[in-house]
Parts: sequence; C-alpha cells; structure tokens
Amino acid sequence: MNYELMIETFPKLLDGLSITLQLVTISLFLGFCFAIGMALLRLSNNLFLNFFAKTYIFYFRGTPLLVQIFLIYYGIAQFEFIRESFLWSFFKDAYWCGILALTLNTCAYGAEIIRGGIQSVSFGQIESARSVGMSKFLLYRRIILPIAFRQALPAYGNEMILMVKATSLVSTITIMDVTGIARLVIAKTFSPVEIFIMAGLIYLTINFIITRLVSFTETKLTPYLQHAK
Amino acid sequence: MDLELLILGDTGWGDEMLRAASVTLLLSLTAMSIGLFISIFGTLSKLSDKFYVRVIADVYTTIVRGIPELLVIYLLFFGGSNAVMGMAKLFGYHGYIELNAFVIGSVAVGAISGAYSTEVMRGAFLAVPRGQIDAAKSVGMSKLVIFRRILIPQVLRYALPGLGNVWQLTLKDTSLVMVTGLVEIMRQAHVASGSTYSPFTFYVTAALLYLMLTTASNRIFYSAENWANKGVRRA
Repeated sequence: MNYELMIETFPKLLDGLSITLQLVTISLFLGFCFAIGMALLRLSNNLFLNFFAKTYIFYFRGTPLLVQIFLIYYGIAQFEFIRESFLWSFFKDAYWCGILALTLNTCAYGAEIIRGGIQSVSFGQIESARSVGMSKFLLYRRIILPIAFRQALPAYGNEMILMVKATSLVSTITIMDVTGIARLVIAKTFSPVEIFIMAGLIYLTINFIITRLVSFTETKLTPYLQHAK
Repeated sequence: MDLELLILGDTGWGDEMLRAASVTLLLSLTAMSIGLFISIFGTLSKLSDKFYVRVIADVYTTIVRGIPELLVIYLLFFGGSNAVMGMAKLFGYHGYIELNAFVIGSVAVGAISGAYSTEVMRGAFLAVPRGQIDAAKSVGMSKLVIFRRILIPQVLRYALPGLGNVWQLTLKDTSLVMVTGLVEIMRQAHVASGSTYSPFTFYVTAALLYLMLTTASNRIFYSAENWANKGVRRA
C-alpha cells in the first residue's frame, strides 16, 4: 500500500467533489419537482396523461442510465436541425447533458416512490378534508402531499443514495467528477487499490451524511412514533 | 434515422447488435449467479453468532452498496490482473496473466449484485417464523434437513420479488462493463455509432434491446412468483 500516493491524490479527488455535489443537488432537486408532477399524471384519470406517465416511467426504469446519458449527449447530435438551433448551446455541453439525463432518470424513479406515498394516504383523511370543504388544491397541499412525503421519505432516501452513485456515470462523457479524476489517476499511476479507497471514502462520506439527514428528518416528521426518552 | 443501418447481415449492424445483446444476457446471468453464490455466504455470515463474521459481511454490503458501481469495475479492471498474478506467485507461477474482459465484468457486477442479494436473502430468512424451526427441531430434523425442507422453500418464496429487483439492477449494471472493452450492447452501440455517425439510431436500438430484456425477464419473475406462491391462501 502506497500511503504517500493516497495522501497526494486526496486533494485532487476533492477537486471533483464540487462537480459531483452540483450534479447531485441540481438533479435531485429538479427531479423531485418533476417527480411530483409525474406521480400526479400517473394517478390521473385522463387516459392520455396516464399513458404518457406510464410509458415515461417504463422507459426510464427499464433502460440503464448509461444509455440515457449517451442518447442525450451523443445521440442528439445526429440531428442537424438541433445542431443549427439555439438548443445546441445546451446539448453540446456535457455538464448540462449529464444533469438532464440524471434529472429525467430520477424523476421516473421518484414518481413511483411518490405515487406509493400518495396511494398510502387513507381514504378517511381525504374524505374528511372534502367534508370540511377543502378545494382539490388545498386538499393536496395540506393533507395528501405532506402525508405522502412522510410515507415516501425512507424510499426517497434510498433513491438519493442511488443518485449519488449514479452521478459517477457522467465521467464517461468527459465530466471530471470524483470518479472521472479517480480513473485518470489510476490510469496514470496504476495503483487502483489506493485510489479506489480514497474515492470510495468520499462517496461513503456523502452517503453517510445523506442517510443521517434522512433519518433525522424522518424522526422530526414522525414525532408520534418516537418513544419517550 | 436511417433504418438500413440496422439490417441483418454484412451491410447492417443488426446481427452485431443482437449478438451483443446475447453477450449482455450471458454476462448478467453469470453475474447474477456469482451474486447469488456470494449471498449464501453473506446471509449466513450476517446471521452468524460470531461478532467479527457479522462485521465482515456488514462492511462488504455497506461498501459495495455505498460506492459507485463504476469505481468497483475500475478497481477490478485495473487491479484484477495484478491480484491474480500476486496469488499465482504464491503458488510459484511467475508468468503474466491477463484477465478476460468477460471474467472481470462478471466478477465486478457479481460482487455488486451479491451485496444486494445478501440483503434480500437476509430479510427472507428472517421472515420465516422461528416457531417453524423450533417445531422442525422438536421432531428431530437435522440442520441439513431443516435447511432443505423448511428454510429453502420458504426463503425462496419470500426472496423472489426482491431478487427480481436485484436481477433488473444487475442487468442494467452490465452496461457499465463497456468501459473494459467487452463487446456488450453499449460497447457495440458505441462502436457502431462511431463508424456510421448515427449515434441516435444505435443508442435507441440499445435502449430497446435493454427494454426487451427487462420486460421479458419481468414476465419470467412474475410467473415464478405465481408458481412459488401457489400453495399460499389468499383472501
């Protein structure tokens, strides 16, 4: 084990950390917002909207994220009309393509999680909200979404961790995140074990912090389930 | 989109893509089997009485599930040959050994799949009521018979839905093996789109092939679950 190399590489890997964190936070935030919409479409009675959401979720959950990233980054460039339009400044940048692919992907998984949460809200609660005259919007804002969010939180915590790991895939389209830098250093020094440990430590730390935050939020949201201390 | 690129035979890439799909399927099956093999030991260690055995299994599942799959593949891709050569040296062989990309890929994805399978199997084992094991002991069954007659049939039933999820993960994780140069669906699509300048056509084809594989295997798991649950009474 070459400890010097490990200490030397660590700051280099940390350079990639900001990119990794940006990708995680932006795509998780946007993905969550879209996922709420997608879950509502999935539950809607309108056949067309329902079919759209089903197809979307089926496609994004049934194919590997790598295909989605490559399709957006390399695939879109096949169309001349996009290369000549204003959209090209967006699609030629690997960073934005990465964020788009991650957002669309987490939106599909998130939508299923949130749908599960919404469906777990008991009918009695919805009925009583209706009986006091809440509008549909108010019903969702005050009753359904808060309860659904609380129900969905543990599963969404898993999805967040999967997303942290998923951001490593954008290193295949030239983005230098933690994994991208790790691969570069491994290829240069040929000491895979040392670099793997250091890069792994960074990811494990991020994931550890996320699990702590999620379980802290969970405790805060379910005070009635906590035992008196 | 130029569909002529996808015809079978010498002029199109259709047959190459189909062959790559069979490599993906074979790779997933190998990786899943390796994962299931690991999960047997992982589960037994996680449920062991000995503290350090439990810790080893916990460290394995935590690390593999918390670190990006790509890093695990890089570790084995760049370090696998060295590790095997180091082992061979212990046995007195000093030659150069190069690992085949398929072996590296299936071991790497197998190790990832094994961590998830371990968690699924552990849950399934714990779902078998303790009373049944006590009852089996009381009629004088040996440990092996309890395992074969009482545990395995029920654990399989409880584990099937979870294992179905692990299979889908494994199938999709094999796409990452393209970085080792193994010609599976993604690598083939990459090569084809590089030489024809039609990336969209080939990545859409790749996506459709994956969709076919995931949907078909979903069906199989669904009927397997029905088969395993046929003795269960439903209200």
